[in-house]
Amino acid sequence: MSEEEKKDIEDEVRVGVFVCHCGSNIGGLIDCKTLAEEAKSLPNVAYAEDNLYTCSENGLASIKAAIEEYNLNRVVVASCTPRTHEPLFRDCVSEAGLNKYLFNFVNIRDQCTWVHQKQPEEAYKKAQDLIRMGTAKAVKLEALDIIMVNVNPSALIIGGGVAGMSAALNLSRQGFQTYLIEKEDKLGGRLNSLHKLFPHQLDASDFLDKIKNNVQNAQNLQILTSSIVKNIDGFVGNFEVEVEQNGKNIELSVGAIIVAVGSSLFAPTDLYGYDGKKRITQFELEHKFINNDVKANNYVMIQCVGSRIEDRPYCSSVCCMTALKNAFVIKEKNPGANITILFRDLYTPGTDYEKYYRDAREQGVLFIKYGLDKLPTVEEDHIKVFNEYMGEELILPYDLLVLATPLVANNDNKELAQMLKVPLEANKFFLEAHVKLRPNDFATDGIYIGGSAKWPVDITEAITQGYAAAARASRVLSHDSLEVEGATSSLPEYNKSLCTGCEICIKVCPFNAIIKNEEDEIEIIEALCKGCGVCGATCTNQAIVIKHFTDDQIFSEIEAFGGH
Amino acid sequence: MSFEPKILGFLCNWCSYAGADLAGVSRIQYPTNMRVIRVMCSGRVDPKFIFHALELGIDGVFVMGCHPGDCHYLEGNYEAITKFDMTQQFLKFINFDKRVRLDWVSASEGTRFGEVVTEFINHIKELGPSPISGGNPDEDILDKLKAIKMAAGSNRMRALVGREKTLLGSENVYGEQIIEQRFNILIDKAIKDEFERHRVLLALEKDSNSVKDLAVELNIDPSIVLEHVLTLKTRGQVDFQKIKGNTPIFMRL
Repeated sequence: MSEEEKKDIEDEVRVGVFVCHCGSNIGGLIDCKTLAEEAKSLPNVAYAEDNLYTCSENGLASIKAAIEEYNLNRVVVASCTPRTHEPLFRDCVSEAGLNKYLFNFVNIRDQCTWVHQKQPEEAYKKAQDLIRMGTAKAVKLEALDIIMVNVNPSALIIGGGVAGMSAALNLSRQGFQTYLIEKEDKLGGRLNSLHKLFPHQLDASDFLDKIKNNVQNAQNLQILTSSIVKNIDGFVGNFEVEVEQNGKNIELSVGAIIVAVGSSLFAPTDLYGYDGKKRITQFELEHKFINNDVKANNYVMIQCVGSRIEDRPYCSSVCCMTALKNAFVIKEKNPGANITILFRDLYTPGTDYEKYYRDAREQGVLFIKYGLDKLPTVEEDHIKVFNEYMGEELILPYDLLVLATPLVANNDNKELAQMLKVPLEANKFFLEAHVKLRPNDFATDGIYIGGSAKWPVDITEAITQGYAAAARASRVLSHDSLEVEGATSSLPEYNKSLCTGCEICIKVCPFNAIIKNEEDEIEIIEALCKGCGVCGATCTNQAIVIKHFTDDQIFSEIEAFGGH
Repeated sequence: MSFEPKILGFLCNWCSYAGADLAGVSRIQYPTNMRVIRVMCSGRVDPKFIFHALELGIDGVFVMGCHPGDCHYLEGNYEAITKFDMTQQFLKFINFDKRVRLDWVSASEGTRFGEVVTEFINHIKELGPSPISGGNPDEDILDKLKAIKMAAGSNRMRALVGREKTLLGSENVYGEQIIEQRFNILIDKAIKDEFERHRVLLALEKDSNSVKDLAVELNIDPSIVLEHVLTLKTRGQVDFQKIKGNTPIFMRL
């Protein structure tokens, strides 16, 4: 090949399309081989193939080999979703020498084969269209500059419960300056109100003292109690946080943030005659244990009070073990006590927890299953319950009725979520980036989550998640500088004459990333720009270009879909 | 064969696109008609994308973003609302306003994503095929849609919509604040005027014409056409060409 021919090939847009079977997730419904074959006839496509798993070692190696062999300068992968796998494929193409923005993702699994399982033919047509659209966009993709930002090697942990303390200990021991803020006047969170810890019946206060002692004596760790977050600005590596402690404002600069705000208690007013005296919650029972104030002989416990119902459909996951734990405490003090646990389903996962349940049965704790259609009814001194296994109603006398109520999301989660720009799920707990692949990340870089803020967890799990969140945060903190999104808004030189200086873009930008500079020209500060694209859609003379989502690219997608 | 509409969806990356993925993870089943274009924020959806899709004969366009107050970019979805409202106002002229929809789906609402998409597809099925789809498009509607696209893309319309929030939310130097009602009257008038002006422009692009004949062709009152022609003349888009008999003929510049 002559030098000139080589140059021509370099200038020409050459797209490689890789269609992933994802095992049988995609390939089980639609014919990926033919999809790849057909893709070869699309404009500018120089190569196409199908892979069993494009994200596997083999798949990635095959992309790199094809880039080399066929001089590809754009890569399209039709597979799962960019939300989980785009970073992987971007790394892959950049290892093969392409700018990572020359990669485009087509979602034919999460938004196609998984949701059209009974319509293989239509799903195939949809995948065809999506690949055509994605390839049309790929043809128009442009290489973008990589923007680097410095990382402040310090972390903020919001919430001084067991998850937050675990995370704080871990990060401070790695040498990162760590700030732990707690809204109450003491550390410990929910652990402060517990009596024993399952499954080893440790004293909660002993455990708390130990971990608190570690936290208080840790290097690089500053504790701020009676403090709340007032405002959060910035981005990964460079957050500016305003904290209010006893009415006075403190400014913190940190590189990463961990949300460990825990959860709240549910008050079962109007349920099973709850009165806080003879009919109490499990948490109140533990309070009574601590004050040595439990004298009853006949105990009935009802599980799933206010949870796994239409209004609150989730399982609070700690209540079954809590009921067992408290049953053991009662039995230890008063072996003759009668304890009956009314449950809908018992959740005691793992060998340790399962053994705990068996031990309780051996000690004479009775378990009766009730159904949602026939709830137990509570009278002054007895309870009527329909035993599902026996098919008849039982009458159980009680001196103390204990209700297992769920942990619920904190009321102020929404406020904090808005400050952090992270989502909540339907029950108002914080929502992680991906339940399996990124369980302790948020979709927003530099912000992590652990403990009951995400879902009710027990102490063991809270510690694990605290460490996990700290581990994720340290991936960011251990770098001096990081690459941030290069797909920003821009006012290219060739469009400057279009700008009329109307300043509407300055008004609509929520991040103050657009200014009028000393030359009286509109200037976009790329490190501040988050790439939302609102200014581009607003620009009165259409001078602003949104990189990676340009008008041209979006039009080409629309046209590739086309009319009838 | 029953009518299977072609539907285009613009999904914001952080909420609706994530919600659509969750629908997948949860294996929520819904009809296959919609093709998705991912954008970072619903506020990125320039009205011209919607008009362009409709012009190609796509039967329905669905824009989805984060719930108000939940935008990953703070207020991008409010910007989406103002732009979408204008889009829909324009589309009323050709009875296309029901072919576009703006709705909110959060990252946790996989089930809801399936529901709203199914509902929109059924809704478009009931409306029937777009009159400008297929091999024999309705030329009158197509011409009007072209005028709409140009009008909405005009500097004046974009500036008005872009300033809506600032105008309604802050006072001018005299401490006066424009009330929403007044602004709506203003924008309605602007939408109508710009639509008609761009129809005049498009008509003159085809052939130079007199005000009287334009009025007949476009079915607009002659006195209004005259006003538009004069405005377009001041904007430098139209000019006087010649006198035919006693009637002045105007041309597109």
